[in-house]
Amino acid sequence: MGEPGTKEPLSLEELEAAGGIRTGRKHVLSILAENKPGVLSRIAGLFARRGFNIDTLTVGPTDDEAISRFTLTVDGALHPMDQVTKQLHKLINVLKIRDLEPEETLARDLALFKVAADGAARGEVMQIVDIFRAKIVDVTKRSVIVEVTGTKEKIDAFEQMIRPFGLIEMARTGEIAIARGRGET
Amino acid sequence: MRAVDALIECLKAEGVEVVFGLPGGANLPTYDAFYDGGIKHILVRHEQGGGHAAEGYAKATGKVGVALGTSGPGATNLVTAITDAMMDSVPTVFLTGQVRTELLGTDGFQEADTIGITMPIVKHSFMIQHPLELPRTLHEAFHIARSGRPGPVVVDIPQDLSRADIAYEPVDDLHLPGYQPTTEGNQKQIRLAAKALANSRRPVIYAGGGVVNANAAAELTELVASDRFPCTCTLMALGAFPASQGQWLGMLGMHGTRAANYAMDEADLICAVGARFDDRITGKLSEFAPRAKFIHIDVDPAEISKNVPAHIPIVGDAKNILPRLVAEYRALETDASRLEEWWGRIEQWRKRYPLTYEDSTDAEIKPQRMVQALYEATGGDCILTSDVGQHQMWAAQYFAFEQPRRWINSGGLGTMGFGLPAAMGAQVGCPDQVVCCLAGDGSVQMNIQELATCTEYGIPIKVFVMNNGYLGMVRQWQELFWDKRYSHVDMGQWPDFVRLAEAYGATGMRLDDKTTLVDGMKEALAKEGPVVVDVRVTREENCYPMIPAGQPARNMVG
Repeated sequence: MGEPGTKEPLSLEELEAAGGIRTGRKHVLSILAENKPGVLSRIAGLFARRGFNIDTLTVGPTDDEAISRFTLTVDGALHPMDQVTKQLHKLINVLKIRDLEPEETLARDLALFKVAADGAARGEVMQIVDIFRAKIVDVTKRSVIVEVTGTKEKIDAFEQMIRPFGLIEMARTGEIAIARGRGET
Repeated sequence: MRAVDALIECLKAEGVEVVFGLPGGANLPTYDAFYDGGIKHILVRHEQGGGHAAEGYAKATGKVGVALGTSGPGATNLVTAITDAMMDSVPTVFLTGQVRTELLGTDGFQEADTIGITMPIVKHSFMIQHPLELPRTLHEAFHIARSGRPGPVVVDIPQDLSRADIAYEPVDDLHLPGYQPTTEGNQKQIRLAAKALANSRRPVIYAGGGVVNANAAAELTELVASDRFPCTCTLMALGAFPASQGQWLGMLGMHGTRAANYAMDEADLICAVGARFDDRITGKLSEFAPRAKFIHIDVDPAEISKNVPAHIPIVGDAKNILPRLVAEYRALETDASRLEEWWGRIEQWRKRYPLTYEDSTDAEIKPQRMVQALYEATGGDCILTSDVGQHQMWAAQYFAFEQPRRWINSGGLGTMGFGLPAAMGAQVGCPDQVVCCLAGDGSVQMNIQELATCTEYGIPIKVFVMNNGYLGMVRQWQELFWDKRYSHVDMGQWPDFVRLAEAYGATGMRLDDKTTLVDGMKEALAKEGPVVVDVRVTREENCYPMIPAGQPARNMVG
């Protein structure tokens, strides 16, 4: 019986007013975990059941084949970050977690944009591609595919510029990140 | 040898004396190994019963409890017990059968994704992928289950792999790089905590189930005795501090004593040991202990500042930390007289609000009286298990526990049907002790089938059913908070517990007169083998005092 001692219905505002410590910024978590079956499921499941929302998630190998790196971005305005990391630490397969400080972190996103570019528009699209130091990786008569790497903000900006030409589709990897300097992330 | 024979060797190496389980297709090889493997196996009537029996065994003995089930329904039947073990941090290992590897993912007969289903409710789980992994995995499972903050570990074993012929070698090293529980406790933090205690004028020691898990009851008592610290325990920790001692405030929380809850409300320092500030303790979180600073000692760092921000967190094992805290505190040579005023206040509450109820004027048995009678009949010298509901709260209030591991119940998950199989497991683990189960007439029917197990194996538990013909706690809430609209809480007249007990080969008795209640209970306790006593109590009695859910402690009613 988790319901409060009243039969009054709960307002939606009351339901939304939840407690906890919030940092109010985006957090990039770099998680090293054992490369074993089900580990992604354990991490994703933990977020789901504790009510934490993942903004982006990438998984890939590291220099050690027994270890995978998970890079997760989480909104610190919505979630108590110390609880997120402490709960992650409790997963037996998780080896190391680093909550990366924005100014000490190098983060990159990779995106592919398929853009309608026929006739007159093509030149303009190519100019924008140049400005963003992006690359055209495929061309047809009526479209181009552009590859962009960079910070999340740069790719957001590119998307904004290119959209008016007719964005057919887009795929983004989500950020991967590593700490600056000599030390291991 | 076969992988399953290696499994038996591993269980022996882990000191497993008994397992509770039920065979099926997918664990036939495992059961073949149990045929003459030399480990006692108790055949339960339902896997949930086996799971709770393993919990009862673990809680009573402090050892790891083990339960077995087959694939599919066998594993899903274990889910409630696994969740219960997770919520109450019970060291348990669950071995489930799985379909042959070639059938995995094909919706084969009795196939269920056991690892997927149990992922949110385990401390950890393993799916055996190769027969050679089995020995090491089992040892890792036991290590994880019993160390740090204990909990349930599931090992899922596909049928074909368990038959594989392997060369078994004992395993003496584990490989768990991501699992290194902190047990030591930071000395600086401990010194800081001692100073805070020395400076406090209104301190309370608040102990939870972690103290029992850490086998640190004596160390807790030592801390409380190091000054005139008032002490309260959660439902899970009853017995960790002796109820007969003068510094005992009684249980705290929703149905705790006013002295304990008011002391928390007015405290300037709360020292939490192995407790997790559950909503049943805090009531309305934003108004919980508004004047207090918090020392929080816990082996699980994720519990610290989860609900209530800790001013002095200490991560580690209570058994290790408490003696060091006592030493640091004693070295400060504080003046106990600073607590005079605080004790004066507590004594006022104690005098004004003792635990009490209005007894009947005729022979009718009040439920509170029933608990007192059971205490009298046993002399308090027994392991008592309970189900969940009013009877559980009355037992917690009126049965004075002097030692840890004597009170076994389902706290976090609140599992009806826990008590009877848990008593069975506790009795198997402690054959020389009297084991009683105080059950509700609603709860007891949820695992009553294990009576047959008790009779078959001569497990002499004594079950006392507090029979009010209602799902009593829900009825109480409907009475108090939902305008007495009793929606589906009347359990009616059936079953006849006396005849049901007899059908199971146990002794059945009925008691409905308070003047002969204690004698009747003594008679039940003196009988050999399992006994079910149907005790007819007042139908509509409410459990008080009570903090209405979502309200602060100072708003206690009743």
